[in-house]
Amino acid sequence: MRVAIVTFPGSNCDYDLYKCIQLIGGAPEFRWHRDVELGEVDVVMLPGGFSYGDYLRAGAIATMSPIMDAVKDFAKAGGPIVGVCNGFQILCESGLLPGALLRNRSLLFASRDVLLRVENTSSIFTQEYEAGQILRMPIAHAEGNYHADEETLHRLEGEGRVLFRYTDAEGKAVDSANPNGSARSIAGILNEAGNVMGMMPHPERAVEPILGSEDGLGLFTALLSRFSPLETA
Amino acid sequence: MTDRPDSTGVLTVPSVMPREGDPPITAELVEEHGLSPSEYDRVLEILGREPTFTELGVFSAMWSEHCGYKNSKRLLSLLPTTAPWVIQGPGENAGVIDIGDGLALAFKIESHNHPSAVEPYQGAATGVGGILRDVFTMGARPIAILDSLRFGDLDSGRVRYLFSGVVKGVGDYGNCVGIPNIGGEVFFDRGYEGNPIVNAMCLGLMKAEDLIKGEAEGVGNPLMVVGARTGRDGIHGATFASEELSEDSQARRPQVQVGDPFTEKLLLEASLELIKSGHITGIQDMGAAGITSSASEMAGRSGNGVEIDMELVPVREPGMTPYEILLSESQERMLVVAKSGSEKAVRDILAKWELEAEEIGRVTDDGLFRVREGDRVVAEIPSLPLTEGCPTYEREGIESEEIRELRCADLTRFNEVDDDQSETFLKLIASPNIASKRWLYGQYDTTVRTGTAVRPGGDAGVVRLRGTRRAVAATTDCNGRYVYLNPRSGTLAAVAEAARNLVCVGALPTAVTNNLNFGNPLKPHIYYQFRESVLAMAEACKLFETPVTGGNVSFYNETDGVAIYPTPVIGMVGVLEDVDHITRHAFQNEDDTIILLGDNTDELGASEYLYVMEGLVAGEPPSVDLLGERGLQHAVLAMIQDGLLNSAHDVSEGGLACALVESALGEGERRLGVQVTLRDALPVLPLLFGEAQGRVVVSCDPRSADEVLRHAKRHGVHGRAVGKVVPSDEGFRIDGRATSLEADIEILAELFFGAIPTLMDGAGPS
Repeated sequence: MRVAIVTFPGSNCDYDLYKCIQLIGGAPEFRWHRDVELGEVDVVMLPGGFSYGDYLRAGAIATMSPIMDAVKDFAKAGGPIVGVCNGFQILCESGLLPGALLRNRSLLFASRDVLLRVENTSSIFTQEYEAGQILRMPIAHAEGNYHADEETLHRLEGEGRVLFRYTDAEGKAVDSANPNGSARSIAGILNEAGNVMGMMPHPERAVEPILGSEDGLGLFTALLSRFSPLETA
Repeated sequence: MTDRPDSTGVLTVPSVMPREGDPPITAELVEEHGLSPSEYDRVLEILGREPTFTELGVFSAMWSEHCGYKNSKRLLSLLPTTAPWVIQGPGENAGVIDIGDGLALAFKIESHNHPSAVEPYQGAATGVGGILRDVFTMGARPIAILDSLRFGDLDSGRVRYLFSGVVKGVGDYGNCVGIPNIGGEVFFDRGYEGNPIVNAMCLGLMKAEDLIKGEAEGVGNPLMVVGARTGRDGIHGATFASEELSEDSQARRPQVQVGDPFTEKLLLEASLELIKSGHITGIQDMGAAGITSSASEMAGRSGNGVEIDMELVPVREPGMTPYEILLSESQERMLVVAKSGSEKAVRDILAKWELEAEEIGRVTDDGLFRVREGDRVVAEIPSLPLTEGCPTYEREGIESEEIRELRCADLTRFNEVDDDQSETFLKLIASPNIASKRWLYGQYDTTVRTGTAVRPGGDAGVVRLRGTRRAVAATTDCNGRYVYLNPRSGTLAAVAEAARNLVCVGALPTAVTNNLNFGNPLKPHIYYQFRESVLAMAEACKLFETPVTGGNVSFYNETDGVAIYPTPVIGMVGVLEDVDHITRHAFQNEDDTIILLGDNTDELGASEYLYVMEGLVAGEPPSVDLLGERGLQHAVLAMIQDGLLNSAHDVSEGGLACALVESALGEGERRLGVQVTLRDALPVLPLLFGEAQGRVVVSCDPRSADEVLRHAKRHGVHGRAVGKVVPSDEGFRIDGRATSLEADIEILAELFFGAIPTLMDGAGPS
């Protein structure tokens, strides 16, 4: 599996994703935001961080980067795209995913482990998880409050495009388990075609016991299972 | 900027001339620049003439307390600074130690107290920015941040404003650059009401051979300013940091620098790429006193001279004078000495990161710090006397009578108290000094870079080193109350606690960076505190074999003439040979045996109990037995390395009762209960809440308890099983000979985790 990790000025989880892909036996490659081509890759990942310092709005300026045309073409052609944290924000800002990420309800940056319930196990990203499985992974964001109009939320729910929801240990989506005020406790979503996903929590930070959780691994290995791990440059 | 023709070849240097519009040099102007008459005489002697206004500004900054260390240098020379594992000691941007496997760790702590007192958000943010640059200019990639903070009591609106602003500043900057915060400390006491302490520490990792220094090597090599443009912010910040605060200090807000972490992130990547590229021979952060200090220090260290032209410095606004450009503390800038001919390569690397690099001068062989404004020379000062010739002083030091009386206060009445201390116990748990600091580190990214193995909230932060079995640990410690009441034992306690905290996570304490936060050293009772503290630090660091590789002195922490508690913060780093040794402060399993190592005593002085319940800062702080400490630490480390312990936690503020609560609650997700019996014949208060030093609470499988106790005995440490870990629904219980303490775990958790959020409710950063 060849994975293009797009680095924008201000990305700071690009290296973490790189190490994570290496760990599972994939072949990560960095792409610079000024590149205009992605090259021959199987998966595209947009990392977390503060592209362009979050100036204007988180993710807004990155959508103007030269590489984004190629990312959009890749999406149109059905290529799998994963956006984590700032990557999710960029995907929403660029229209590849519906909705927007507002400032956290607390107005404070929120950094801690959260629990997620897996809502859909048929997507190419979540097929290795069990329905209702509870995952632990860190969040670290100031703007992760997922918001969309009622109709969009209704469609997301109805079409099984809510991938993860913030819950408590019993799997209940209670308000106290919602770290940022996201509508319907939504932590991650899928596009209509099923090939673009975004999530605020960091699966790449939950891939080794020493980091406190390995629950993020499933997302990456699910993708890996679709491609030959040895298919490298 | 217009490019000037390269001025190599035979140069005739015009003599120094005042600029049109420069004010005349008068005694008043000299005083305004913070130079004493005798210091000014020294300036005249060095120059052999009257300085220009620009030169006066340069001397003012370089000979400020902040840059010149004039009241601290002599005492600091007594600190131990060498060991076989020290690669770089004091005097560079950061200290560097060998941590094995070909890896080196660069680390340093620095204060931003004054800026934070008047503009908490920017003050704290730029404090983090500065310390990151100190580390990556050594060629190291920053891997962790710690913050050591002190504020007044949270019942003051102003204090809440300062606290929330500082936390947001520390968080936003580090979060944006993508460096995890792994720990630190925050302490609240009215002694810091008007003058908060904001110290930030950074750890950076590099290959030992990648070390680069801030030296201007190679005559003829170009000096390049890289990164952000120079503006009018922070002019004379170094001098501001060398004055007491007063009501007028609010007017100093324009002297506070403004940070841009996004540019910093780009500068970080660009700098590391530059260093790796081999195109440069030296690099230095433009911190306090900006271009002045970076250029003159680089010249001074190498014994060369530099010539720089202010017309070539990229500026943010037109009309800036050489004086302003030289003294600007605009952030996110570096001074680089490129190899001759590599100018374009340097510019290309910076351009990739969307940053500028401009050639502003050259390394010369005349030993002079020469500043031009086009054809005119506006300053010409011998480099070495400028950077090293600042007069240093040893002041008179006398203990304050008032503080002596507080220390000698009679506390015996506290031996005759009611046996039931349940209510007191709950109040202490809810004291912000004991309660969970999650409100604070919940705003810091602690997991970015996927290296953090122990996050904030434990005894020390731990970062694993990818590709090895090793990890590094770091902590910051100092109880200013102890140091206030007894500078000597208080400082011994700070060093001992830092080492104990490292040992508790399984690390061998290795080296120290210190941040000495004190009042006005010209006052005899402040200088007394400083002297006693540094002497004690030297003694403790020698004994623990933790040399001091650098740090920072922050004097003049006074508001309207009242000094903060003397606060010599110890930033200590340690190395874990194997990540399997990582140990946490939280109890892990029901039925595990709880063992107390070290002695309970009847000491109650300087305790959190006295502050919370009686509003008292009084009494003799707990005594420190350095040799006993060393034995304890060796014992704990041996137990951990033998795989015997399931948890280890230092006993500190709030005493044994509070330490047990912290171990029972952990980070709150898996709470456990405690049943402990204490047989000591001690008064109730010191037994439960006294802060006797040299104690660690450990837990282990019951089958390992004998082995743990044997280890203790072998190291001459008093150890005994005091109880066991129980399910949380069985509650928290300590039985003493004359007392028993009982509490519901859920209630303790609510107080412990809820105290600071409740106090800060509705007071979030604006």
